[in-house]
Amino acid sequence: MAMKESDRGSAFLDNLGKVYGFYTLGFLGFFLLMALLEQVGVGAKTIGILFLLFTIAIYAGIGWLSRTMQVDAYYVAGRQVPALYNGMATAADWMSGASFVALAGGIYFGGYPYLGFVIGWTGGYVLVNALMAPYLRKFGCYTVPDFIGTRYGGNTARFCAVVVLVVASFTYVTAQINATGTIASRALGIPFEIGVWFGLLGILLCSMLGGMRGVTWTQVAQYIVLIIAYLVPVIWMSNAQGFGVIPHFSYGEAAQRIAELEGQFGLHPAAESVAGVKVLTTAHFDPKGGFDSWKFVTLALCMMAGTASLPHILMRYFTTPSVRAARKSVGWSLFFIFLLYCTAPALATLTKLQLLDPTLPTAVIGQAYETVSNLDWVKNWSEVGMLAVADQNNDGVVQLNEFFMRPDIVVLATPEIAGLPYVISGLVAAGGMAAAMSTADGLLLAIANALSHDLYYKIIDPKADTKIRLMVARVLLVVIGATAALVASLKLTGILGAVAWAFCFACSGLFFPLVLGIWWKRANRAGAIAGMVGGFAVGTWYLYMVYTGAMEPWFGIDHLRFGIIGMPVSLIAMIVVSLMTAPPDEEMQAMVDEVRDPTGPTILGREH
Amino acid sequence: MASDKSEKRRIHWQKTRNLTIVVLIIWFIFAFVLPWFAKDLNAFTFLGFKLGYYFVVQGSLIVFVLLIIVQNLRQDAIDDEFGSGE
Repeated sequence: MAMKESDRGSAFLDNLGKVYGFYTLGFLGFFLLMALLEQVGVGAKTIGILFLLFTIAIYAGIGWLSRTMQVDAYYVAGRQVPALYNGMATAADWMSGASFVALAGGIYFGGYPYLGFVIGWTGGYVLVNALMAPYLRKFGCYTVPDFIGTRYGGNTARFCAVVVLVVASFTYVTAQINATGTIASRALGIPFEIGVWFGLLGILLCSMLGGMRGVTWTQVAQYIVLIIAYLVPVIWMSNAQGFGVIPHFSYGEAAQRIAELEGQFGLHPAAESVAGVKVLTTAHFDPKGGFDSWKFVTLALCMMAGTASLPHILMRYFTTPSVRAARKSVGWSLFFIFLLYCTAPALATLTKLQLLDPTLPTAVIGQAYETVSNLDWVKNWSEVGMLAVADQNNDGVVQLNEFFMRPDIVVLATPEIAGLPYVISGLVAAGGMAAAMSTADGLLLAIANALSHDLYYKIIDPKADTKIRLMVARVLLVVIGATAALVASLKLTGILGAVAWAFCFACSGLFFPLVLGIWWKRANRAGAIAGMVGGFAVGTWYLYMVYTGAMEPWFGIDHLRFGIIGMPVSLIAMIVVSLMTAPPDEEMQAMVDEVRDPTGPTILGREH
Repeated sequence: MASDKSEKRRIHWQKTRNLTIVVLIIWFIFAFVLPWFAKDLNAFTFLGFKLGYYFVVQGSLIVFVLLIIVQNLRQDAIDDEFGSGE
């Protein structure tokens, strides 16, 4: 090693702006090179492969450069990540395959109730900032169970938090590895089952050597790729349709035009359904009030509380240099997330208009069946069973209820639908891969760290030395990653369902024990355990009953929203049990006062 | 001195808590109340958007970002007032 680890680290930190500036320019240069190659006749397939391999090679390089043998670098990136960059890393950590690939498609098909995800996944950060992040940073923990275990004391509370964390994060990570597998298999032309392992390899290259430090700096790089990949097609489409360079302030008319066209074509269920794909039956935006509003706010609430309790997000705020920087970086995080989330509805709207509006050359609805079924992109996606056009009423015209699509493909297919060059599709695939990889990395690390730090080091072998601890952490990372890839290759759940479940698990079990640990001094160990066990168990029971159909959902609270059942149980159990048992001792109460004061040293030592 | 410190802390926390409550009220309005009444808000138009739609796809999101920024500025001021020399 030519340079010592600490020298290498500080030289890098001093030049962050330059490093990522060059990186961004380099990526844009690569994009132009690919566009050039397409012009001179290099095949679409080759371009797709180059995009994927090039970006993954860069992430792996960053992962290698960030390797470390120090505990605080491995667990919290040495607490040296500036607010702006932590914001970008959090945004990548946060925006998963579901946000990148599935969100716009969900809005396309789901209309008003579905937009609860958009509000929920942004508004949650207000809770993170107001209730959690600054205080957890002051606490100085390595993991979320570390906070629970120290604040409430005792291994039982710590263990309960580890269980909730593992269940929530594992549910989430299988969906992400599933997404990397889907993208890799399509771009590289390999079977899905192998694509999953390829995706896992990329993920481990980023996280294994450098832990949190490696994940942080690859996530920043991944954010840059994913946001470029998301914005370029939308801006391109907007220009083609005459909505200006930045469509965000002008697509309102497009939405109104869609409402008009929907009225004209009629929103009817398909005469004959086709497996795996669906037709548009929900209006673009037509809130009915009452029950519709209820569905919206319950979904939004689960997603917000879940945001504020998902450990892979909270642990990102442990990496900033100070409490103030932690708060600032929540602001940056939401800003970077906002860039994508306010674009998703625009993308859904513009893509839908492309398909519906007969005055646009890309329209398919209301056009001759002969022409539409022979379009290249229709043929490509039909071959893999993700799209279908069927003239079910034999009038020779494609009706709105004769155009079938899998919601997940809206983002990936948009460049082709809008007739953009293939290089854009390659870019979008690289973006989707970045989104899924970065989230999977954060989640795997959250799980492995909780098991290695909280279960192994704090509970099983508190005398273990640094070397052993870091080795255990890395072995666990590989084992959990492999298990997740194995589960993902079984294709048990869809991407979006699994993600919503993860949020509900997290908010059912962890939201109130975390919030009240800071905001209610009287909260004690027995209460916290009751809150975690009660909320998590009842939520899981409800999910099981509703999902298997053993029980009718109460008040329309379906399996995507089971946190609405788990959270109140958790809150009530925690308050009642806390009040029935003795208040926490003086030392514990003093610790809470200390957490609320932004000055002074952290509660837990720098290395613990 | 000890009681002086704890008194300072008490006031600091009181101010922090009040700020947090105000933030959560604003959050609640834009996260739940306005989306709940999206149907009624759609009677109005803003920048070519129906108003109920606008809040759900963009307006509330912008408010969330601004809310965090403003809260952090206020909180920094509170911390400075109580001599948090970070």
